Amino acid sequence: MSLVNFTAREITCKIVYYGPGRSGKTTNLQYVYGRVPESRRGRMVSLATQTDRTLFFDFLPLELGTISGFTTKFQLYTVPGQSYYNATRKLVLQGADGVVFVGDSQARRFDDNLESLQNLQDNLLAQGVDIRQLPVVFQYNKQDLPSDLILSHEEMDDALNFRAVPSFAADALHGSGVFETLRGISEAVLKRLAVGSTVA
Amino acid sequence: MTVTLNPLYRFDTFVVGASNRLAVTAAKAVAESPGTVYNPLFIYARPGLGKTHLLMAIGHAARAINPRLVVEYLTLDEFVEAFHAAIAAGHGEAYRKRFLDVDVLLVDDVQFLTHRREMQAELLRLTDALQVANRQIVLTSDRPPAEIEALDERLIRRFTGGLIIDVAPPDYETRVAILRRKAEERRAGFDQDVLEAVAALGIDNVRELLGALNRLVAFQAVSQTPLTAEQARMLAGGESGETAERAEPAEQPSGQAGPAVGLVSNASASPPTPSSPSAPSEFDDFLSEIAATVAQQVDAWRGRVKAAILRWQGEGFRTAQLEALLEQEMVADPARALREFEEDIERLQSLRSEAVALAPELEGSTAFRDPADLAAAEEALRQAREEGAPPPAPSPIWRLDGLVETAANRVVLEAVRAVAAEPGERYNPLVLIGGPAVGKTHLLHALGNALGERGGPIACLSAPEFTGELIEAIDRDAVAAWRARYRRASAFLLDDVHLIADKDRTQEELFVLFNVLIGSSRQLVFTSSGPLAELTGVEARLRSRLEGGLVIELPQPGDAVRERVIARDIEAKLGAADPELADYVASRPAGSIRAAQALLQRVLEAATERGVPPSAALAREVLEEPAAAAPASRRPAARSSGIVPAGAAATRSREKMVWEWPGLADRVIEEWR
Repeated sequence: MSLVNFTAREITCKIVYYGPGRSGKTTNLQYVYGRVPESRRGRMVSLATQTDRTLFFDFLPLELGTISGFTTKFQLYTVPGQSYYNATRKLVLQGADGVVFVGDSQARRFDDNLESLQNLQDNLLAQGVDIRQLPVVFQYNKQDLPSDLILSHEEMDDALNFRAVPSFAADALHGSGVFETLRGISEAVLKRLAVGSTVA
Repeated sequence: MTVTLNPLYRFDTFVVGASNRLAVTAAKAVAESPGTVYNPLFIYARPGLGKTHLLMAIGHAARAINPRLVVEYLTLDEFVEAFHAAIAAGHGEAYRKRFLDVDVLLVDDVQFLTHRREMQAELLRLTDALQVANRQIVLTSDRPPAEIEALDERLIRRFTGGLIIDVAPPDYETRVAILRRKAEERRAGFDQDVLEAVAALGIDNVRELLGALNRLVAFQAVSQTPLTAEQARMLAGGESGETAERAEPAEQPSGQAGPAVGLVSNASASPPTPSSPSAPSEFDDFLSEIAATVAQQVDAWRGRVKAAILRWQGEGFRTAQLEALLEQEMVADPARALREFEEDIERLQSLRSEAVALAPELEGSTAFRDPADLAAAEEALRQAREEGAPPPAPSPIWRLDGLVETAANRVVLEAVRAVAAEPGERYNPLVLIGGPAVGKTHLLHALGNALGERGGPIACLSAPEFTGELIEAIDRDAVAAWRARYRRASAFLLDDVHLIADKDRTQEELFVLFNVLIGSSRQLVFTSSGPLAELTGVEARLRSRLEGGLVIELPQPGDAVRERVIARDIEAKLGAADPELADYVASRPAGSIRAAQALLQRVLEAATERGVPPSAALAREVLEEPAAAAPASRRPAARSSGIVPAGAAATRSREKMVWEWPGLADRVIEEWR
């Protein structure tokens, strides 16, 4: 997928929300969906199981309008968190311009976070993408839970964010940190425009 | 170092109102006739009222009227910086001279002259010099000259001597006009009352006013419904409650920089509620930040292009193509444009290095500096290649050691050997004179070959060939290349110089070439059919130069020489000597050695035809049988200077018939010229 098409004057960013199951990826998208004026969002596609778990993926297209002469579109995707959907995750990850890793701040999910992060790295590598070359931000979700149940922002950073990329504490259910995260990943992705990823 | 004029800062984009009409009129007058009215013109105004715009508009307008005018715009800082750099590099004088060539000098922000005594002195000197030369100087400042602290009295007097004019803050009507014009430029449609509401806020700094307008445009873009006057006021920095209060005092230009025009920094604090009551403020915030990032990143190419301009200019290349890119609002694919530019530069560099290898003097040639004009570079290389091609060389079949020396020609041969041993020093020029078929051409080429052994290109050709090449060069407009080719020769040998008679251009070129080569002690050798004094149609200056060297006559080869040449030929062709045959052939009537050689050739051909060995008896049979002889004798010898041996007949000599004209059309052109 091309990030910038100078001929069509179009910027398209594909952002994938990645993370362990039940960490709140779909919740992020739903919150964004609820805040976007109708005219600017496409239909949110969600393929969920009866228990509301993401079965395939969620897809939320956003039309940001014309910015600096470029028609700017964002496509937000989530992957199914459960480990047995790895094929789907690989598929969704293809051509991603940026990844939001949504970690579950609960202490008991510590290993799931690590495992999912490892899985992200493996899946990217399988597509020939080095995670160090791809814009990635972390979101530590569920920070609203009682503090004895969760790890703090710093502890999460220590555990997961060893490349010191931007990270955000969030409570996706109530929306805090959702747009900050989206903004963080968007800027990281858009800054690559300057580096010259101008595949037309 | 000089900033190019911003293409948007023109008179037609400047909104004229009561507050600035006078300044605009003066500026236009100056642009229309630089150096004659109001010199110097001094414009002062508070920031954001269009000083720079006016200054650049003068530059554009002056250039539009007379494109040959040299217009230079710079800020005082740049002026100072350049001065310091020039002084540091020891080029103070060059710096001064540089500005004296400028027809319209535009200096922005001269208020920074405060306490800079040496710069004030420099500016004073420059102003005087420009005024004397009727060159225009326009200066701007944020305050009148008298208020610039510690400014030299004499400078103040100079400025007062021209015209000092101020630009006042725009009044309400002008503000509305400005807003309307700029909204149109941005293709944003606003209701009249929206713009009026913003104008009524009393922002009298135009730059800030445009900032407020930009805010409106940005919000309009994301809003579902048209902005209302109330929303506009809020966005542009007014408070809704203050509307009534603000509208009135806005009419009076305040002495200060206007009310603090704090643009709304965070829309979520006071959302403009454009679409629905449930304000999607988080999304709007997100959107405006993304817009800023995209704009910044999209415009990042400008930074790259500017960096490339600096780099390539520093290496001495012209960068007009890249500068043109910067003037565009959006470039389809800046990375590709840059890449293509750099490919052109690479091509230029390779052309240059090839050309320099051929002709080192091309090292600094401007032909290899403009990537937009690769054709010029290719042409320069083509010329270099042409110049680099060696001039016609002597025919290798003739050697000095192949010459038959006799008592008669010993003097000539000694002279020729002396020249071969010390070219350019003993006899320069050497002119060999002799009638037809005495061996001039043979000797000339042999000497050429001997000179060639010492290295360096040797030019050896006949006068008609020389003329022919010149005509061709004129025809192709490549005379310079043609000349250079000969001027590089380490020796120049011209056969049949008498044939340049009446060819004025050839004589002129030869004269110049002669001087160049003699001047650098390179050997010149000429042959002529008759004594130089008898040459008609040759300019005296050229003739006298030819006579200045050694003029020596080649004697008619006697029977002895002829006999030895024939004997040698027989030996070479048959592998064994046959004195009887040689005697017989040499004794036959023949005008020259060449004619005798032709006779021998006939005998040899007849022998081959009949399948018998050549002998004196056969020769007698062949040569004394006139009918059979005719066809064979018609052809000239294999290689001659276009000359055919004379028959025994005393009628007009066929020797002097030119058999191959170097293109009749060329000759016509030459004479016509």
